[in-house]
Amino acid sequence: MEWLISIAIGVLTATGVYLTLRARTFPVVLGLTLLAYAVNIFLFAMGRLTVGLPAVIDKTAQAAQYSDPLPQALVLTAIVIAFGMTAFLIVLALKARGELGNDHVDGLDVDAENNSNKEVK
Amino acid sequence: MSHLTAWPVFLPLIAGFILILAHMGGIRLQRVISFLTVIGLVLLSMALISATSSDQYQVYLLGNWTAPFGIVLVLDRLSALMVLITSLLAVGALWYAMTTDTDKKGAHFHILFQLQLFGLNGAFLTGDVFNLFVFFEVLLLASYGLLLHGNGRLRTKAGLHYVVINLVGSTLFLFAVGALYGVLGTLNIADMAAKIAVAPQEDLGVIAAAGLLLLVVFGVKAAMFPLYLWMPSAYANTSAPVAALFAIMTKVGIYSIIRVHGTIFGSEAGELSYFYAPWVLGLGLVTLFLAALGVMAARGLREQVAYLVLASVATLLIGVGLMSPAALNATLYYLIHSTLIAGAMFLLADVVLRGRGAYQDRFESGPFMPNAILIGSVLMIGAIAMTGMPPLSGFFGKVLILSAALDDSWFAAIITVVLVSGLITILSMARSGSLIFYKTLSDDAVLPSDRGEPLNRMAFIAVIGLLLSSPVLVIFAQPITAFTEATAHQVFNSTAYIEAVLSTPMVTEANK
Repeated sequence: MEWLISIAIGVLTATGVYLTLRARTFPVVLGLTLLAYAVNIFLFAMGRLTVGLPAVIDKTAQAAQYSDPLPQALVLTAIVIAFGMTAFLIVLALKARGELGNDHVDGLDVDAENNSNKEVK
Repeated sequence: MSHLTAWPVFLPLIAGFILILAHMGGIRLQRVISFLTVIGLVLLSMALISATSSDQYQVYLLGNWTAPFGIVLVLDRLSALMVLITSLLAVGALWYAMTTDTDKKGAHFHILFQLQLFGLNGAFLTGDVFNLFVFFEVLLLASYGLLLHGNGRLRTKAGLHYVVINLVGSTLFLFAVGALYGVLGTLNIADMAAKIAVAPQEDLGVIAAAGLLLLVVFGVKAAMFPLYLWMPSAYANTSAPVAALFAIMTKVGIYSIIRVHGTIFGSEAGELSYFYAPWVLGLGLVTLFLAALGVMAARGLREQVAYLVLASVATLLIGVGLMSPAALNATLYYLIHSTLIAGAMFLLADVVLRGRGAYQDRFESGPFMPNAILIGSVLMIGAIAMTGMPPLSGFFGKVLILSAALDDSWFAAIITVVLVSGLITILSMARSGSLIFYKTLSDDAVLPSDRGEPLNRMAFIAVIGLLLSSPVLVIFAQPITAFTEATAHQVFNSTAYIEAVLSTPMVTEANK
């Protein structure tokens, strides 16, 4: 299980980084989403990978081992925040597409920007 | 356990909720609520300052769970100081927004403003790393809304960059926090510091990597080289009151480095003790030099002020990187000065922009603006404070930092970079001031439609008020440096912090 999880985190992070460095806004949004998935799994794994253990300390069973509940709470928070941020980013990307006329992350190309500056004068 | 500690966090949050309901009552009601809240925050932070004067840590257990199991709010001198600076800056920014009707340009300015303060105060008071992440997200989400408040293509473009880099920063923050939790098994800053002292040798590599990853995250917030590229355009293209309030945003990064790194990797951390300091110092020097070049190359006054803020952040990074109580004392003094003056300068740049009509704040000959003598004199005073010339507070701050640097082995490099970049910024400010105020076009060369609007005297009060902090910092330098010195000593005494947080008992009927 360990190698599967670590490969999953690695692949998600690598694709996330690659997509975040793209020049169009939609791949960037996807890249940030993948990075958020990677970090969620990573946080989960930081509570150590366990199978079949009680969720919190079981008083009746006197279990010596239990799965750490804290990373689960952290992941939940992280998911909610990442979800909200992604929704915001998509709306912002749409706004940028509408106002700048294209979906490049830097908005205008250089010539168009120079021309628009002249117009402002 | 005094509830005073929690109020600076909850007051703006409650005000934010009330403001949503007050939305139907019109802008005037919102302004009254918002302004009263900010004034209340100033009074509260004064009370916080006096509550910390006895070197006591005020630990507030949220939900009455003792540390490290619950989340704690910790009030010490440093937190109280940061909360006070934030609320003073907020008063100036909000006054300017109200008097220039900036808050009417979108629906929810006041709500976002209060939530921004909620996030900022929370970040300054929390004693838990994951809670710090959550407050970072709160203040960022509010700042996204504020940054895009109003309209403009350049604003949208700069906003997109700002949002994307901060989302990457949040992801890195989670990676760092996760790694630290995986190794140390705690998220409480004090408990982390206690656990690092006894961490086994083989874990130190992971802890160091996570610590540097956290430094990257705080570096994004503080606009540290090479992570500052988002900052000048974001600050230059947003509305003036928002830019003024954002003068504290870069300082959140500085504060986090002092608080989190200074405590976790403090003198107790054995091999990892202050291992991050050379990075902060070196990158601070590079940032300062590049910021000075940016000040020189700026095409407009707002962009120039943004680079000046970057230069002040870099100076603070150098002070933090020196890692001595004397240097931290100087850093905190410079932090008070640079935050309030930077806020005033952003507002002043907007005053100039309004006075020049279609010529805006671009560095080119424009019409002779109304009240040019008054605005020009105030700009000169602001420039003197900002670039660190005597007799104002920027000079004192820099002298304190440089004299603290004399004991450091890097002192030659530090003094060279600080003085050379100081000279560059002075020359650049002199050039931009003379361009805007002396090389004006004759009246018949300017179309009447291109003329600026007359000076908004009510709004100008905010600029004067924030700028007045500089002479106040000089005149009352003795009590203020006494306070920052005590703060610096308290920050370096991380043992007392750890003990205060971990030994706070839960509230029972008996000790209520």
